[in-house]
Amino acid sequence: MRSPGGGASAVCLRRIRMIHKYKLNGYNICLDVHSGAVHVLDDIAYDLLDYCDEHMTETMPPVIIEKLGGKYDVKELEETYAALYELFEAGQLFSPDDYEQFSDLMTNAPIKSMCINISHDCNLRCEYCFAAKGDFGQGRCLMSFETAKKAIDFIIANSGTRHNLEVDFFGGEPLMNFDVVKKTVEYARSIEKQHNKNFRFTITTNGLLLDDEKIDYINREMHNVVLSLDGRKEINDKLRVTPNGKGCYDIIVPKYQKLVAKRGDKDYYVRGTFTTYSEDFTADVLHMKSLGFDQISIEPVVSDPKLDYSIKYEDLPKVFREYEKLADTVIETRRRGEFFNFFHFMIDLDQGPCAIKRLRGCGCGNEYVAVTPQGDIYPCHQFVGHEEYIMGNLNDGTFDQEMKRRFAKANVYSKENCKNCWAKFYCSGGCNANNFQYEGDILRSHKVGCELEKKRLECAIMIKAALADIGDDTPSACDGEDCFAPC
Amino acid sequence: MKAIKTLNKANLKESAVKGGCGECQSVAQKCEK
Repeated sequence: MRSPGGGASAVCLRRIRMIHKYKLNGYNICLDVHSGAVHVLDDIAYDLLDYCDEHMTETMPPVIIEKLGGKYDVKELEETYAALYELFEAGQLFSPDDYEQFSDLMTNAPIKSMCINISHDCNLRCEYCFAAKGDFGQGRCLMSFETAKKAIDFIIANSGTRHNLEVDFFGGEPLMNFDVVKKTVEYARSIEKQHNKNFRFTITTNGLLLDDEKIDYINREMHNVVLSLDGRKEINDKLRVTPNGKGCYDIIVPKYQKLVAKRGDKDYYVRGTFTTYSEDFTADVLHMKSLGFDQISIEPVVSDPKLDYSIKYEDLPKVFREYEKLADTVIETRRRGEFFNFFHFMIDLDQGPCAIKRLRGCGCGNEYVAVTPQGDIYPCHQFVGHEEYIMGNLNDGTFDQEMKRRFAKANVYSKENCKNCWAKFYCSGGCNANNFQYEGDILRSHKVGCELEKKRLECAIMIKAALADIGDDTPSACDGEDCFAPC
Repeated sequence: MKAIKTLNKANLKESAVKGGCGECQSVAQKCEK
């Protein structure tokens, strides 16, 4: 069901019972915010929604004929209104917001995931690095095994009855401290069963130090691996440089290809950053695909808005057009029977996480913490270096439960701009660290980030509509799954 | 999918009552229950 004309436009009917309707790529789409139902509409249904609200009645109001009778046949209007009313009655249109009662359920949640900054040193000096080019402004150093061991003990002790625990090795560059990574994994594995825990490890690397031994180890032990690459050689090498200013593309790409080729079906992402220098990032995504990677993320830079390359409010129209172009590329790729996953277009409209998880998001500072080589505990990796957010220290056993409670209450209903936003169940209140860095308050939404997130969600839902069309003609299409891959 | 064409089986309401176990892996995520 595709309407003539492309482009994008959106209307959010901001009532407590909320829908979000928009036109994109020839599709008329309506999201019923509080049920999660997604409807693809023809033009008459789309226009009719302007005259419907939470007080829908079985009989079509006369004002609709007055307003739309000149444009559409009255019988068609009545038939379409009846179909909309049926959705309303089924709780799939203008459904009520009764989730606030659940928003405080998780204030005493156990800690279940941890970022271990195993290295506050790096062998690259990426211009846009949020970690102050590797050391988070705290001086270059590596985490000792003793501190890493305390981190594992801390998460076990604070995880309550949670079975699945996640630990990310992060930095800086984690491969600069690879022996401690291996010892930490070995230690966690040696004690997980006695505590009824299941550790899942992740590592993020710039790839420079990858070799056959490390590749085999990562593919064996790491549930997920994130490989940093910004795309085309000239884009990557502009900002991702060694201390002597040389690009790293030629060194890392063959290593990534080897790692991915040997990884089988385990999770990985090739992950890059786009800036105002690379607002044509669809070309970077396609370049990554051409290198043989099919799990891809390119994300907007997080940086001081005063810098040349930062994404600012005035850049949004151009970035939006690029996201639309990328969405089109995803669809066309799928039409050809090929696929790649783009991290920010992945959406599960059928199952996904429960509403409670959607209300509280990543759980930073509550379910998730980051630890530094000095043993300091922060709400997440992006708060590291902001000393007012130190929650405690592994060495002296301190932990600020009051700060944990403050982060636990940072959910979509405690953020003024989020509670009446149509995207709240998909972005979950956004990134607290970005809110702090850009707006100075974890509860105040970062405007540029919000707009980007909403655009990506509109594209992701539209892709679902387009893939459903393809599915009508291609019985093997896995409609309902969140991947774009043919079954 | 019901065909207006509705693309999904919306279950947010139900998940609010039954969810919250905290065992999931992030959101737009698999439930591990």
